[in-house]
Amino acid sequence: MSDVQPTAPKGPIGRFLALPPDSTPKTIFVAVALCLFCSMIVSVAAVSLRPVQEANSLVDKRKNILEVAGVYEPGMNVNDAFGAFEQRILEVSTGEFSDAISVEGFDDIQSANDPELSRELTNDIAGIGRQPNFVTAYLLRDEAGELDKVVLPLWGYGLWSTLYGFVAIEEDGNEIFGLQFYDHGETPGLGAEVDNPNWKSQWKGKKLYNEEGELRIAVQKGTPQADMIDHQIDALAGATLTSVGVDNLVKFWMGEQGYEPFLARLQQGGL
Amino acid sequence: MAQTTRDLLVDPMVDNNPITLQVLGICSALAVTSSLTVSAVMALAVTLVTGFSGFFISCIRNQIPSSIRIIVQMVIIASLVILVDQVLKAFAYEISKTLSVFVGLIITNCIVMGRAEAFAMKNPPVASFMDGIGNGLGYSLILLMVGFVRELFGAGTLFGVTILPSVNNGGWYVPNGMLLLPPSAFFVIGLIIWAFRAWKPEQVEKREYKIQEAEAH
Repeated sequence: MSDVQPTAPKGPIGRFLALPPDSTPKTIFVAVALCLFCSMIVSVAAVSLRPVQEANSLVDKRKNILEVAGVYEPGMNVNDAFGAFEQRILEVSTGEFSDAISVEGFDDIQSANDPELSRELTNDIAGIGRQPNFVTAYLLRDEAGELDKVVLPLWGYGLWSTLYGFVAIEEDGNEIFGLQFYDHGETPGLGAEVDNPNWKSQWKGKKLYNEEGELRIAVQKGTPQADMIDHQIDALAGATLTSVGVDNLVKFWMGEQGYEPFLARLQQGGL
Repeated sequence: MAQTTRDLLVDPMVDNNPITLQVLGICSALAVTSSLTVSAVMALAVTLVTGFSGFFISCIRNQIPSSIRIIVQMVIIASLVILVDQVLKAFAYEISKTLSVFVGLIITNCIVMGRAEAFAMKNPPVASFMDGIGNGLGYSLILLMVGFVRELFGAGTLFGVTILPSVNNGGWYVPNGMLLLPPSAFFVIGLIIWAFRAWKPEQVEKREYKIQEAEAH
């Protein structure tokens, strides 16, 4: 390595600096220094921006809850308006509210990964793997303090992705007020038409159960039969698998593994 | 290098466009151009990343050992991309939701790597920065053209504002659903390349072979 050098490098640092870039020590030094430097920059950015990002994602979720309950207006302060909702933890299997867990910081979807807070599904038609034992229910009361609507989370697998959404149900525990998804990765223009306002508006006024109390809600193609007029949502054209996914996840969450016990209590006016 | 700053910025727009002439960065051009807003944000992100990665790589170009130079370039590019992704998540949450994985995939965008290896390794920082920005703008130009065509005819909107009221929303325009799917960008980019080469015939590549005239028997 030592050609003719004008002045001999002094000390170990001087000798090191005099090495050509391609020498092994310098290669290792550049690799390590660069990795340290870049990882520092990236972690500083990630840590310092995290509070803003979490606030964003919470606002987005709340905005969807407001929208599905029909109280969202463009330009409103989402966090203020969200104060109108009473948040309760709901035990899915019994349909009772539970005070064992605090609403603050509780995340329905994260708790589905916690073995103590969830159960493995055997009859998993929604394709979610594990179902949480507790979810957050959002109660909206009218001016007289009577229960007006209940917003419940629901999710399930479509064609490419899990669709995460909320359903708003009227105080009778049967009539749907609205249903929409706040996160999914379905095909733009086809499956992603679940976000189309016209398609979403079909959910309004549909009944989950028929007179006999059977779960009849369905997403399917074609003109509804006479007994399905109140229960059928027209499937999306060109998005059969997304429609089937939505159909399955609604049937799952509204069925006996889902919120049926809770909705039965609502129907009897027993909240 | 006798190129002026103006050359560095303007050349990659038409004469040496990374997409139409070099045919690089096609993959992301297919994926993110279904709407104009998303294309614009993606274009901005790529331009910033090509510019700054060129700058930083050029700053340390004399210290980069040639045996690990690609890895060093990747580390710098990847760090910049993560920065962009984090900033988008914090300040443009809606758009970052739509762009999802594609911001992360800027790392694999051939234009960024190509400029780092071909230009920034051999040129001073400011020139490399300008070259990166110029190539980013060339990419942006094509991305916006493709996004314009796809959103207008695929959904009847531009930047989310309805231009052609679609049948689904009570209008008269029947959207061409194929334009919303990634393969349609192949057709649009192909047509753009054709138009560019018809306009500037010197961009047409020489044939690599010559068809032999059949000999008369």
